[in-house]
Amino acid sequence: MADVEYVNIAKKYGAVEVMRGLSLRIEHGEFAVLLGPSGCGKTTLLRMTAGLETITEGELRIGGARMNETHPRDRDIAMVFQNYALYPTMKVWENIGFSLEVKKLPKKDVRARVEEAAEMLNLTPYLDRYPRELSGGQRQRVAMGRAMVRDAKVFLFDEPLSNLDAKLRAQMRVEIRQLHDRLGATTVYVTHDQIEAMTMADKIVLMNAGRIEQIGSPDEVYDRPMSRYVADFIGTPGMNFIEGAFESGSGGLAFVAAGIRLPLPAGAPVAPRGGVVCGLRPADLKLDPAGGIHGALSLTEKTGADEHLHVSVQGRDLVAVAPRHALDRAARSVTLSIAPDKAHYFDAGDGARLF
Amino acid sequence: MSFDLAIVAESLPRLLEGLTLTLALIAMSLAGGALLAGPAAWLLMRPSPWLRGPARVYVWAFRGTPALVQLFVIYYGLAQFEWLRATAAWGVLREPFWCCVLAFSLNSGAYTAEILRGAIAGVPAEQAEAARALGLSPARIFRLVLWPQALRLALPPYGNEVVGMIKTSALASTVTLAEVTGVAETIAAETFAPYEVFLSAAIIYLALSSAAERAIAAIECRRAWPC
Repeated sequence: MADVEYVNIAKKYGAVEVMRGLSLRIEHGEFAVLLGPSGCGKTTLLRMTAGLETITEGELRIGGARMNETHPRDRDIAMVFQNYALYPTMKVWENIGFSLEVKKLPKKDVRARVEEAAEMLNLTPYLDRYPRELSGGQRQRVAMGRAMVRDAKVFLFDEPLSNLDAKLRAQMRVEIRQLHDRLGATTVYVTHDQIEAMTMADKIVLMNAGRIEQIGSPDEVYDRPMSRYVADFIGTPGMNFIEGAFESGSGGLAFVAAGIRLPLPAGAPVAPRGGVVCGLRPADLKLDPAGGIHGALSLTEKTGADEHLHVSVQGRDLVAVAPRHALDRAARSVTLSIAPDKAHYFDAGDGARLF
Repeated sequence: MSFDLAIVAESLPRLLEGLTLTLALIAMSLAGGALLAGPAAWLLMRPSPWLRGPARVYVWAFRGTPALVQLFVIYYGLAQFEWLRATAAWGVLREPFWCCVLAFSLNSGAYTAEILRGAIAGVPAEQAEAARALGLSPARIFRLVLWPQALRLALPPYGNEVVGMIKTSALASTVTLAEVTGVAETIAAETFAPYEVFLSAAIIYLALSSAAERAIAAIECRRAWPC
């Protein structure tokens, strides 16, 4: 079983501590995505997994065995790099079979495994080409093929789609996920793109400044972000944030801010207090003449399938997603509503989720 | 002033006799330079200042001073050391040809070491890391992954070094060697037609440089290193 476990991992570069007390378990066969902005430590964690970076403190276990001092070749991992790291002096088939040739496998076996991988990745017509003669997507597939033929227990991907255009990225997302499902290996995938994380992951590990902010399925991190940071990072367009307070009134407890009053769900585990940030997902804001959010329409962005409405509520800009043509073209103001259980509430100080 | 083609026609065969010596000088100096450059480049890339320091001083000194001065220091300067004159090495170092080979080798070695260092450093770090992850030893990473790519990166600047050495070889005439330029000086003194004679020599150097450039380009475009 190739589960990957990080126990109290710390990493220092000289006196600079970039990671501290990080613990995480990735189950066998799981597709885990390390997600976060540049410099959050996700690539460092991946490189420590591969053995390309030393671990300052803590323990890395693969399949239950401690790996801290184990040479990369003995970890049974395969890595796909951001820039593919294909060897320009070798043809595609040599690139894919390189690790097998290094192991001194018989030429016949190498060729058979290369052809099998090429077939799976639609690379058969390109086996005799050099990397420079391939498109970005084809190079990406060659890098994946090189990892595949090793029959590794754990696959590591370091932002493999960041050099591709949007359309190809979408296509490769599907291909990588399908490949994972077919091979059944444990996959650790690093990205800063939350769409990649949401569409591919079984488990998202959202990182920030060398710490884990939240671990959960795509649905969990989207529906129940545990901090304002997570809420802000996940979702397109980004979540709207409004500072206000919980106040009790005739209709019970409500979140109140300038021009906005949102009733809290029944039995909400909070008391009246200030210093609250309310998070509203644009997709959860509905056009509703009886709604409690009134504002001036400042901009409409047409995306094809729907429209992003920029609504100014007492000087505060909110974004709502509406079906196309749902709004009269001459409209200058809109009224929005949101179901009480769709609003997210965070502490204005530390950003922790209130409920 | 008239241009006498007959002198050019007369000079070329004699100049071509000097070409043998020129080619020997170039070949041996480049070979010597290459032999020095490998270890020097390796030392330049070491983290230890004790290893890196001497190599950096060598490269700095020989890239920072004219080849002619280096040649004079070796040809005229070494004779000052009595202890050297008493060794077997003096039998070789008293010869202008070997002084030229030594001076040009040291000069070429410094430039080539820097070319190699830059080429090896120019191979993306991920290439070595990918090989490490595949389980290769440092020696095999260098031989199978870094070296073929570094060679590819080093070829164009090394082509410049070869052409530079072809031109530098002309300095050998200053220490009495009868290579192409040395022969040209002799003919010019006999015929009082320096324009025609040195133009003939220039044609030979141009032909050599062009041949070297074509050869390097051909190596660059070999199937093993697609261009």
